[in-house]
Amino acid sequence: MWRTVGLRVLDAVPTMWLVLTLVFVTMRMLPGDPAIAVLGEKATIEQLNQFRERIGLNLPLWLQYLHFLRDSVTLNFGTSFVANFTVAQLVALNLPYTIELTIAATLIGTAISVPIGVAAAVRRGEAIDSASRIFSLLGYAVPDFFLAAILLVAFSLDLGWFPINGGGEGFVDKLWHLALPALALGLIKAAFISRLTRSSLLEVLGFDYVRTARAKGAAETRVIYRHALRNALLPVVTGLGLSILSTLSGSVAVELIFGRPGVGSMLIGAIEARDYPVIQAGVVVFALFVVVVNLAMDIVYTIVDPRIGAS
Amino acid sequence: MASDVAVPIANRGWDRAEQSVLWLLWGIIRRQPFTLACLVVLIAIVLVAIFAGQIAPYDPVAQSILSVNQLPSAKHWLGTDQLGRDVLSRIIFGARASLVLGVSAPVLAALIGTFLGLVGGYFGGWPDRAIGRVIDLLLAFPALLLGIIVAAALSSGFWSMLTVLIIAFAPRFARIARASTLALRQAPFVEAAIAAGLGHGVILHRHILPNIIGPIVVVLTLWIATAIRLEATLSFLGLGTRPPQPSWGNIIRDGLNAMFGSPWPIIGAGLAITVTVLAMNMVGDAVRDVLDPDTRE
Repeated sequence: MWRTVGLRVLDAVPTMWLVLTLVFVTMRMLPGDPAIAVLGEKATIEQLNQFRERIGLNLPLWLQYLHFLRDSVTLNFGTSFVANFTVAQLVALNLPYTIELTIAATLIGTAISVPIGVAAAVRRGEAIDSASRIFSLLGYAVPDFFLAAILLVAFSLDLGWFPINGGGEGFVDKLWHLALPALALGLIKAAFISRLTRSSLLEVLGFDYVRTARAKGAAETRVIYRHALRNALLPVVTGLGLSILSTLSGSVAVELIFGRPGVGSMLIGAIEARDYPVIQAGVVVFALFVVVVNLAMDIVYTIVDPRIGAS
Repeated sequence: MASDVAVPIANRGWDRAEQSVLWLLWGIIRRQPFTLACLVVLIAIVLVAIFAGQIAPYDPVAQSILSVNQLPSAKHWLGTDQLGRDVLSRIIFGARASLVLGVSAPVLAALIGTFLGLVGGYFGGWPDRAIGRVIDLLLAFPALLLGIIVAAALSSGFWSMLTVLIIAFAPRFARIARASTLALRQAPFVEAAIAAGLGHGVILHRHILPNIIGPIVVVLTLWIATAIRLEATLSFLGLGTRPPQPSWGNIIRDGLNAMFGSPWPIIGAGLAITVTVLAMNMVGDAVRDVLDPDTRE
């Protein structure tokens, strides 16, 4: 098994290289001069040249590419144009907030969706099944940023139950600031996971060993929770893993709405301020997330189901 | 995902396109009344987008200092925003941004992706492996994340969003087209066509394409809803439709910026997105059930 895990990790290296290369190509080869984009049309030639020298745009393209790879691997992206921080400091400052939000949303999403999915599968065709179907149809259709905006307007502005913006300080205050953003992302996630739980459980309930368990007289709750649900959870775990990435992309808008610090709001702020080094870092951090989450999911499969070998 | 691949034993194809469209519509309508209602809603939204100029009570970009942040009234059904623009008119015109991108991006992505998948799956070899590797990589990214990354490099606006969505969607079509083509290459009628000495172009066009078009159309209808949601999200993030041009996404952004103003821009535009995406999803599910009965729940 460890050999398989090692091979997966090794396989992520060329993937990351390909991702970084694509990022470099999109950021450097596309039309538009970053120097003019940052300094504006009115900048003098001298200013433009100074700027190009500062971020290494005067170098030959292959050298820029090598520097980009080096900077990405060492996570050294220079200094922000706007804030008086190195980019690494900015990322270190913002990253924990995004991770907190993603974890909290995943927990809330799971806590809501698995019971709904189980209830819908067990009482298939009854009212609760229809209700769960309506819940997920709505969850697929409501954009996360709209839900977040509604929660903000209703519970923070009108009722004043929750703070309007910021990330909070100290554990309790942080949780208080986290509640609404995580709820918005968690509800959207729950729409997807509850459907997955339902169909996965329904499939398992049709298997022979479930019939055997019933035949030998096991209580219905024991059949569902001990025999069926355990086996039905593998696709659910997979779905949760995949949904981490969509929660991550959803967190960009949600961070913006709640004025939370985070990688997403850092990136959007940098795009608005044309803070080139920060944009580059934000993009690389998100790309890293994708590769790492996929790698982690691969490893989880290998551990959960040893039949899946490295191919 | 095994049902993405359909392997007919004989070349059935879609003989008469006209007949197929009518058959598809009938399949949707008789299925269930709610889906029919969704279809009607969708047609209404398309009509609203086309005739926005005639329907909207005001110019969507006309500002008025005298009437800012108004609550709904007989004059302005959904009130006005912080620049005194009529919210209802902006939402009506916003349908254009949504639908134009929501339809054009998946259609172009389907054309490009299907072509790549057909060629890759049929000819194999290193181009197929190269395409496959890039497809796998792009599929690992959620469409929105890819959109944010690419939009960070490009400027905002319609063309950059179109590029983003094509890059995000085309691999999905390519994968399905490739898998179906691979399976079809072994089908007896394709082998017969090769044995009969037909050219590759003719085989691809006449024998393989008609048989993979079903799954492609299914995926196309399902991705239109996603494209509409992505357009709204990117515009909300300031990476999409450029103000002052209205889009459902940037109407919500403006509404949030004037938080202590009226909540109606947020509610109105948000409901417009929700209803459109919901209706599109339902119709997409119906199309899938008709074209691809194996996947029915």
